[in-house]
Amino acid sequence: MDHPLDGTVVKKDFPLLGDLRPDGSPLVYLDSASSAQKPQSVLDAMDDLYCTSYANVHRGVYRLGVEATDRYEGARRTVARFIGAPHEREVIFTKNVTEAMNLVARTWGAANLGAGDVVVLSDMEHHANIVPWLMLAESVGIELRWIGLTDDYQLDLSNLDQLVDGAKLVSVTAMSNVLGSITDVRTIADAAHSAGALCMVDAAQWVPHLPTDVVAMDCDFLGFTGHKVLGPTGIGVLWARSEILDAMPAFLGGGEMIRDVRKDGWTVNELPWKFEAGTPPIAEAVGLAAGIEYLETLGMDRVRAHEVDLTAYALDTLTARFGDTLTIHGPSDLSARGGVLSLALDEVHPHDISQVLDQHGVCVRAGHHCAKPLMRELGVGATARASLYVYNDRSDVDALADALAATVEFFTL
Amino acid sequence: MPGLEDLYREIILDHYRNPRNRGELPVPPAHRTEGFNPLCGDEVVVFLELTDGKVTDVRIAGQGCSISQSSASMMSSAVKGLSIEEVARLTRAFKDMMSIHESSLEGADADSEAESELEEIELGDLEALRGVVKFPVRIKCATLSWNTLSQAIEDTLADS
Ligand SMILES: Cc1ncc(COP(=O)(O)O)c(C=O)c1O
Repeated sequence: MDHPLDGTVVKKDFPLLGDLRPDGSPLVYLDSASSAQKPQSVLDAMDDLYCTSYANVHRGVYRLGVEATDRYEGARRTVARFIGAPHEREVIFTKNVTEAMNLVARTWGAANLGAGDVVVLSDMEHHANIVPWLMLAESVGIELRWIGLTDDYQLDLSNLDQLVDGAKLVSVTAMSNVLGSITDVRTIADAAHSAGALCMVDAAQWVPHLPTDVVAMDCDFLGFTGHKVLGPTGIGVLWARSEILDAMPAFLGGGEMIRDVRKDGWTVNELPWKFEAGTPPIAEAVGLAAGIEYLETLGMDRVRAHEVDLTAYALDTLTARFGDTLTIHGPSDLSARGGVLSLALDEVHPHDISQVLDQHGVCVRAGHHCAKPLMRELGVGATARASLYVYNDRSDVDALADALAATVEFFTL
Repeated sequence: MPGLEDLYREIILDHYRNPRNRGELPVPPAHRTEGFNPLCGDEVVVFLELTDGKVTDVRIAGQGCSISQSSASMMSSAVKGLSIEEVARLTRAFKDMMSIHESSLEGADADSEAESELEEIELGDLEALRGVVKFPVRIKCATLSWNTLSQAIEDTLADS
């Protein structure tokens, strides 16, 4: 199992990633930080559910309903195992990580935060971990503090104790979707706990790329999104310690989340269903579990090693070919970064870069990547972001470099 | 697949590299209006000076891609000295070329008189942006400055 992972081989499991598009044009997919492509096994698992075992869950006495429920709850078990959750009932299925963060802000936040209470965020958060807190700042007057950045694009933890002093919650990303910077979550969680605060982790960019262990991280809440972990859209996960979830008020009201309803009141269901109102994304949960199982077969340590290797190759290749004319916004230390390369050329705007790259079949995302406060800190309006995953290989990086060279040539003629 | 030369016409690249009317105007008498393209973070700031119903001066600040910035530059050259009505007509004609004008959504209701009037408007350099329509995600880049200008005119009139 210790031989390195070969992206060229992995790619063959992903139907969309054949060398050519249906119209004959080439495809080099470098936008997995935005959303990952799906292996055949995920498509098969969802298909199989619909073709053989589909019914609503937690409702039917009939066998079909029981089978569907087993698969749905089996998916929860797979997620719990994958992130090292001590209890299955701590795994809540949501629509995406955005909903997971909003769930915490709306329920735990509403019950525990009032005027002047402090929530600590960082300068490299995705809007999903900013706006829910800004909403609480507007509605109840919570105060936000921000962990800044070092010169090498890491979180600056030098004044962490001061920042978390008196805070109720520290909520940070485990890996930046713009810079690739990996956060020292354990240090932040420890500081939060010493200050009497809880710690939430936006693991949207972490869970797909590194082994996850919520106990080792010692966080209190962790969210991630299914479509970046090879799963389908429409499903995300919130994990939290059960005593916290038990004490939190319910989120949405409706079927599934209740134990009893009378004309004058209702009582809440137990975990995890307390937070899963209405018919859940059943096939999506099954697809997510299949994506996770695919990653488990590859081995998350090998996934990480592959990405470090490919990132090193990308940084070397791009630096060798473009030198100072190409800025890569992100840490230079490979052990402190993932395979996210935020690129800026001296002469060409990121939007134009991605347009020319598309002409070469190279998919990268241009824009602010839903992290406008970070872009303001960096002093740029946009970057062109190439991101690497299990199915990428050196030829993808070479194609990126070639297309970038063509871009420079086109715009400096 | 449409080629890059459909999008990046020489005149567009020229306006991108040498933007016209770049800078700011003192506020007041000018009005400052910001426009954002939430998709990509492009930002156009229009400084507009209206005197007696005419655009007496305009300056463009902000940052963005070649399409948004060149479109803003071309627009600034095109509208200087025009009356508000003329600007409105030019804006309609330009957005019509980008084929996102309301009349195209309203379909058959658009009255044919207005249509034939539109066709007579000289777009000049702005014609170079016609190819943008073949790249639908970039249409918003091209129309950003025009929407911001419309907003600037509205703000100025509301204030006076
Ligand atoms: C760090 C981070 N947080 C949150 C999100 C939001 O994910 P989703 O849109 O699936 O809720 C993303 C992905 O775009 C992300 O990269």
